Amino acid sequence: MTKEMPVLLANAGKINPTSAAEYIAAGGYQGLQKARQMDRAALLQEVKASGLRGRGGAGFNAGMKWGFVPQAAPVKYVVCNLDEGEPGTYKDRIICQNNAHALLEGMAICGAAISSQQGYIYCRGEYPFVVDLLRKAIASAKESGALGSFDIEVRMGAGAYVCGEETALIESIEGHRGEPRFKPPFPGVEGLWKAPTVVNNVETFACLPYILVNGASWFAGIGAPKYPGTKIVTLTGDINNRTFFEVPTDITLREVIFDLGGGIPGGKKFKAVQVGGTSGAFIPEKDLDTPIDFDSMGTIGAALGSGAVLVLDETRDIVDVVARISKFFEHESCGKCNPCREGTFRCREIMEKINAGRGNENDIENLLLLSRVMQKAALCGLGQAAPSPIESTIKHFRPEYLQKMN
Amino acid sequence: MADYKEIIKACKDVPGGLIEAYHAIQKEYSYIPEEALLEAAKVFKVSAAQAYGVATFYSYLKVGKRGKNVIRICASAPCHIAGADKVVAALEKELGIKMGQTTADGKFTLEFTECVGQCQATPVITINSTPYGDVTGEKVAAILAEYK
Repeated sequence: MTKEMPVLLANAGKINPTSAAEYIAAGGYQGLQKARQMDRAALLQEVKASGLRGRGGAGFNAGMKWGFVPQAAPVKYVVCNLDEGEPGTYKDRIICQNNAHALLEGMAICGAAISSQQGYIYCRGEYPFVVDLLRKAIASAKESGALGSFDIEVRMGAGAYVCGEETALIESIEGHRGEPRFKPPFPGVEGLWKAPTVVNNVETFACLPYILVNGASWFAGIGAPKYPGTKIVTLTGDINNRTFFEVPTDITLREVIFDLGGGIPGGKKFKAVQVGGTSGAFIPEKDLDTPIDFDSMGTIGAALGSGAVLVLDETRDIVDVVARISKFFEHESCGKCNPCREGTFRCREIMEKINAGRGNENDIENLLLLSRVMQKAALCGLGQAAPSPIESTIKHFRPEYLQKMN
Repeated sequence: MADYKEIIKACKDVPGGLIEAYHAIQKEYSYIPEEALLEAAKVFKVSAAQAYGVATFYSYLKVGKRGKNVIRICASAPCHIAGADKVVAALEKELGIKMGQTTADGKFTLEFTECVGQCQATPVITINSTPYGDVTGEKVAAILAEYK
């Protein structure tokens, strides 16, 4: 039994993603029309009632986020986070390459809800072809009149993972180093160029047209009740079907890996799966019957994050993989706060020491202590999440660490 | 080749246009010449230190010369376990340079990168941001031939 459920990707392969006319012929921009006819408060209520939660990783209720924007402010911005930098993740690219107008429509719906006339899409520097595609799609939408007076500009990042953090992203649009800001104030109150700003992920925005057309209760009824809707997952590593699927959020990890993913190649056994990108926890076999939704993943000490699913078979050296991951975080730490700057450096140093066979049990204790400090004291999500691959593998795969010690 | 002064001038009135200007310069030069960075500092009314600070923050921006074609090899976990190290070895052998270096004729530079979002086809390399997936040591020569 397959549990795929294409909603955001229902148009995939059927329409030209840049063409507003083809999107409209497939039923597009009706959600925006409906949103514009609604009273602002009713529109906010509809989005809240759908239960839509942020798809970038933090899982915050989208309608509630929009509700923080003070209405009296003369200028407000809608910003789309297309900086997907979590290794193993490419869902936002897939959405843009198949259904770009759903993103534009979703941003315009947000614009209607917070009375904003200007949107920005911050696209990662690795995707210049997506920047071109989006600019064509925006031109096509403007020409068709579908966006009305709502404007969208695309800005390109330049290879900084931390810019996926919303305040770092804002700094980058402003032309600065992409370092996160202290919060509060949150962007909803003081964001881009000090104006109230809503920052949402591509996948979050792309859900909105479908919520408006089909109704909040339709959306709230899909998948897990507390994190409803669909989620696009991207499967990598030791898996037969290295591809992406759109699934309801109550699907279990086991179903994702063994039904949709087709299991492990070469008749090998499963060892671990890392969900949510490189900042996610590693999950052992015993937890595979957990649904992928935000809260269920939390109960096993993991996170849905971006929806990346990295599978490792029994032959993989988990300490080596985590050592490589610790190098990633050392490289991507922006250096603004000490717990992350020094912490990611020390994590990498100790992980490489253990991986080279020069570690001892004291190093494990130091890693766990360092993890706790970073989780509590780092300024942004990067430093807070960076130790989770280390912590979770020590918890579930400690013998592999000990094997590398004398 | 377009003059960097013209490129910077064109971005002058774009809010937050400094990074846009850097992108436009790199598109033309494949890197940011030192003097272009100082010019950008003047036009955007920031100190040279700030202009450097922005340019050096981002992995995709490079101050100072590098090759015409920038080859990036993804080193993130999915590519790491798919054998990115073998691709690195093949590229280094084919070009006769080490990671981080530029060929003597100025045609190629080898850089590590983190995830480029093409994980359906690991290991991945990009050449001037065009992705190539499922790369093996054997495929490297044919891919490079397009750029020689």
